Amino acid sequence: MQFSEKWLRSFVDPEIDTAALSHLLTMAGLEVEELDPAAAPFTGVVVAEVLSVAPHPDADRLRVCQVNAGGEPLQIVCGAPNVAAGMKVPCATVGAKLPGIDIKRAKLRGVESSGMLCSARELGISEEASGLLALPADAPVGTSIREYLDLDDNVFVIKLTPNRADCFGMTGIAREVAALTGAPLSLPTIATAPVSIADVLPVKVEHADLCGRFSGRVIRGVNARAATPDWMKRRLERAGMRSISVLVDISNYVMLEMNRPNHVFDLDRVQGGLHVRWAKAGEKLVLLNEQTIELTTDCGVIADDAGVESFAGIMGGASTSCTDDTRDVYVEAAFWLPDAIQGRARRYAFSSEAAHRFERGVDFADTVAGVERVSQLILELCGGQAGPVDDQITALPSRDPVRLRPARAARVLGIRFSDDQIAALLGRLGLAFSRDGSDFIVQPPSWRFDLRIEEDLIEELARLHGYDNIPTVPPVGRLAMPALPEARRGAFALRHLLADRDYQEVINFAFVERRWESDFAGNEAPVVLANPIASQMSVMRSTLIGGLVDNVATNRRRQTERVRVFEIGRCFAKDAGAQPVAGYAQTLRIAALAWGGDSAEQWGVATRAVDFFDVKADVEALLWPRQATFAVARHPALHPGRSASVSLDGHVIGCIGELHPELVQRYELGSAPVLFELDLEPLLEVPMPAHRTLSRQPSVRRDIALLLPRSTAASAVLDGLRSVAPGIVQEIALFDLYQGKGIADTEKSFAFRILMQDTERTLADAEVDAAVQELVSYAQREFGARLRA
Amino acid sequence: MSDLEALVSQAESDFSAAADAVVLEQVKARYLGKSGSLTELLKGLGKLDPEARKEAGAAINVAKQKVEAALEARRDALRRAALEARLAEEALDVTLPGRGRSRGGLHPVSRTLERIETLFRGIGFDVADGPEIETDFHNFTALNTPENHPARSMHDTFYLEGASDVMLRTHTSPIQVRYMQAHVARHAGADVMPEIRIIAPGRVYRVDSDATHSPMFHQVEGLWVGESVSFADLKGVVSDFLHRFFETDQLDVRFRPSFFPFTEPSAEIDVAFMSGPLAGRWLEIAGCGMVHPNVLGHCGIDAERYTGFAFGFGPDRLTMLRYGINDLRLFYDGDVRFLSQFR
Repeated sequence: MQFSEKWLRSFVDPEIDTAALSHLLTMAGLEVEELDPAAAPFTGVVVAEVLSVAPHPDADRLRVCQVNAGGEPLQIVCGAPNVAAGMKVPCATVGAKLPGIDIKRAKLRGVESSGMLCSARELGISEEASGLLALPADAPVGTSIREYLDLDDNVFVIKLTPNRADCFGMTGIAREVAALTGAPLSLPTIATAPVSIADVLPVKVEHADLCGRFSGRVIRGVNARAATPDWMKRRLERAGMRSISVLVDISNYVMLEMNRPNHVFDLDRVQGGLHVRWAKAGEKLVLLNEQTIELTTDCGVIADDAGVESFAGIMGGASTSCTDDTRDVYVEAAFWLPDAIQGRARRYAFSSEAAHRFERGVDFADTVAGVERVSQLILELCGGQAGPVDDQITALPSRDPVRLRPARAARVLGIRFSDDQIAALLGRLGLAFSRDGSDFIVQPPSWRFDLRIEEDLIEELARLHGYDNIPTVPPVGRLAMPALPEARRGAFALRHLLADRDYQEVINFAFVERRWESDFAGNEAPVVLANPIASQMSVMRSTLIGGLVDNVATNRRRQTERVRVFEIGRCFAKDAGAQPVAGYAQTLRIAALAWGGDSAEQWGVATRAVDFFDVKADVEALLWPRQATFAVARHPALHPGRSASVSLDGHVIGCIGELHPELVQRYELGSAPVLFELDLEPLLEVPMPAHRTLSRQPSVRRDIALLLPRSTAASAVLDGLRSVAPGIVQEIALFDLYQGKGIADTEKSFAFRILMQDTERTLADAEVDAAVQELVSYAQREFGARLRA
Repeated sequence: MSDLEALVSQAESDFSAAADAVVLEQVKARYLGKSGSLTELLKGLGKLDPEARKEAGAAINVAKQKVEAALEARRDALRRAALEARLAEEALDVTLPGRGRSRGGLHPVSRTLERIETLFRGIGFDVADGPEIETDFHNFTALNTPENHPARSMHDTFYLEGASDVMLRTHTSPIQVRYMQAHVARHAGADVMPEIRIIAPGRVYRVDSDATHSPMFHQVEGLWVGESVSFADLKGVVSDFLHRFFETDQLDVRFRPSFFPFTEPSAEIDVAFMSGPLAGRWLEIAGCGMVHPNVLGHCGIDAERYTGFAFGFGPDRLTMLRYGINDLRLFYDGDVRFLSQFR
């Protein structure tokens, strides 16, 4: 909502300056977003008449003008293309101060010039700089332009919240300012137009759930070509509206003044009478903005005998709009139910001033006043003869009284108002009330749609009293210690762990390119956005991998040679049984990727490319002290020979591997990153430490080296050995892998360390030998192993 | 000078002249060896009469002790010199950088979220979470924003293809609803429902993209519901938080009436720094208010008995203000040169 300060002050004029007024509005909930002067702060500019125009002897583009600015004629050199003898223009006289220029007597290309003729832009009125600002022919020569154009004004732009639709008009804002300051309110008196003809347009309101009240009247013999007066034009312009024609301007002016949308039909173009009803399926309408829409049955219309004329409460139709030739009009002001308007314009992808107001709620008590106000201005500016007002009421919103309990207000706000204070605050808001014991029974007015429950009134009290004046107190509560489960950690612990292991956290968008889903997850049925912001952000990710790979590509283009990144985020997949939102699995995952050297290039260390086992160590660190199982597994994004599934307690929780070489090439990464992705939830559980008695007995270590077929997985051998180890075996660890010289090409050698110990006694050699033999025999049986000499 | 004194003096000078341990041991033999001059002198004592032997013996022993001391001193000196030489040899350029893996860091918005969590945990808030694909009921209806409500146009919502009743959540407020519903169910039999005190951080989505708007961004929702929670308490908690978060008292906080369908009264929170590049400018930083009775009702909480406040901060904006970042898009661009500044 945008408006002229002078217009507001003509209704209520508190004794505070512009800045204080702005602060007052903002702190009352009518946030002032912009505050601009109507014109730049210039002086010395007057209305002048161009008497004659002659060519400049030495410059093609310049003219030498004789100008009457109220005193002796002035000679002024002017370069504007539209300068012409007889026109009235603003003239900055010698001594005038304009933004950036002080006007002095000067010679322009050798010709004396005593002043400057001005464009709108030079005066800071608008951006219009194509020529001189042409003034009306009757502009009085010599008058200060500030006075003549009423430029000592400011334009307020306020951001209205949806609940304060009553402030979409000057009367509403004026009411608010009066309530806040106590300054008297003087609204325009609306004269009842003399009824001089009996004509009535038949109107039938067919649906009360669409239109609660419909008021209108015929006016015949208007002059639609009359000029819109300057004061009205200025107020419209400062409200951000262009002057179009006098009838349209009057209609808009009353909407802005009273927050009372209305419509002026060209009566001669209305066929028969009007029907106010829901649209029939498939009915079409050409709107004033020339858009053609097809209506559905939940759209309201005003139709005549021939068809739909207007989109009720939203926008008029082209077929009955006024033109310069309009002679007879029908002035309408209605109350449309918010439910009947809400969302309709948005559905057709446009908005209108009327829809914006009606969907939030417009005063239903002033339709007749609105018709009278429009009539008054039409009769005054365009002449004509008015018929009687036809006012049909079908269903008005209820305004149930609201009970306000002072004790409840104190509880909600944390500040106690006396009854007198409450009465005074309600009075300033114009809210009528009665008393019931200690309670106030408040009657909400017809223009407020946001005062339905007690809390609404409590907010009004707080707002008017000033939020600043409510104390800021530290709350008092009963102290209780929160639960602190030791076997759980938060996601931040994991973030710090990965950061300590040289990974940088990133946050990538959850919507990704469709191709990423098939490339990195093999997902051809992703969750698709209905209204993506761009095609490369059209589906929801089911994996974090795409984002991390893209981070590498982006940073590589920016000449970074080594990238280690991780992210914790949700992944989305269709899943009929998912909870809590049926149909969509939304799993939190943690993923990390390392690309480039295993460590940053540095002295004394030969740099090598990061490999699978570097990153595997990071996964193991994340899970520590729990042990995951890594098993060969295919993953669409990973190198089939260099990837594994990661399982914990028998459940697959994610994957690890080198990016598939085809993807390395497709995403222009140069070399392959190694990455992992795990479900977050299992990582948040950590085992409770458990104590075991330490043995006082000496331990015995035996190392064995086994020759095995190359294809044997280390984890299989280790897991197998551990499963069959006798009770005295405390630990079996793989400490060496050898393949090459001295061993057949088909074989490799694993060296295992076996630690044995008994809690009670020293082990006998025979026992130790038997245990080792048992393990070796097992390996021979299960894996075809041979003891290496 | 007696002969003995001359001998001692000679020995001292010979020891000093010995350049290393080997030479020194050779020189030692000349005085203290089996046929060294002092050994010879002691052997010659036998020829003297007892009286003279005693006297001469004492003198020779004194001389011998002096020679031995000189020898020990020289040995020490040589050992020290050798150690010095070795230490000098082994010296490192200690100014060379340390070796090994460097460290990464958290995303700046994560830093902020962690600080927010820590601050609110300090006054007994728990941290709650919720889904990002949300139902229409939880994102709007339960928050007193029925279909066609004009407030819905305040949110430009991402919808999913083939489903009209779900969307990407436009705010973290639906977590309030889910938490309250669960809380009510958990304490159904209790005489007094325990207080609800949570914050709910998370990613949210709106159809909007420029230097100050990202289609995905963060919010932290806060909620406190109990038998005596007031707007004054809301002001207290929020104001306290802002001063602790920015670690300054040089910060003005103001509450300005506003509108949200799910709170009444509602307020917008502005801050103004008293110094720095943004000094004196009011910056919109959060929305808040007293939980609307309809919202409590939707969650099964008796709005007559319990009141509560809720607030929603933008951690992205808090992070920008804290670190002086002026383009929101940097957070989501993954540029490690930018991100690694927040270690």
